Amino acid sequence: MLAATMVAILLTMALALARAALGPTVFDRILALNMFGTKTVLLIAVIGFLTERPDFLDLALVYALINFIGVIAVLRFSRAVDFETHPGEEEPRK
Amino acid sequence: MTQAIEVLSWACLALGSFFAVVGGIGLLRLPDFFCRIHGGGVTDTMGAGMVLLGLMLHAGLGLVTFKLIMILFFLLVSSPTSAHALARAAIAHGMDPAPGKEQPSKS
Repeated sequence: MLAATMVAILLTMALALARAALGPTVFDRILALNMFGTKTVLLIAVIGFLTERPDFLDLALVYALINFIGVIAVLRFSRAVDFETHPGEEEPRK
Repeated sequence: MTQAIEVLSWACLALGSFFAVVGGIGLLRLPDFFCRIHGGGVTDTMGAGMVLLGLMLHAGLGLVTFKLIMILFFLLVSSPTSAHALARAAIAHGMDPAPGKEQPSKS
């Protein structure tokens, strides 16, 4: 059953990569990358259980944190996004 | 490990992988960006929650379960935040959340 879960998670990661390649806007790609990162966390945890190594859970926890920070960083530095102007306003707040 | 807990763990893992694949298919097939956030959300809550719950039942009580609870807690906190940040950035960029809402109703 753990092997079947691993195959399903790998299939979901492939679907997310397809959306990252297809997505017409940059936001689709960032969303797909976010999902890819979450599936990576689950994949590391499942592989840790499969190979009887509980140390992989530390890797999964660290990668969950890094994935979150990474998505916010990509949003921050993407040219399409303006973080200082709130929706409904004209001038960026300072 | 008793038979009942093992069967329950297998059921949770199967359900979690089912929801993960459903979320992935939704990410591909839904028509609009704001609809695709739903696909990601299903994956992050039901998919991740069920898979981690199945792993917790498989492991029993101990440090491993505590680490899995921490992973689940952090995923449940961070993925709605990133989805909200993405949606807000998309609206600030000018994407329309409800395209075609001016169409007349059919009734």
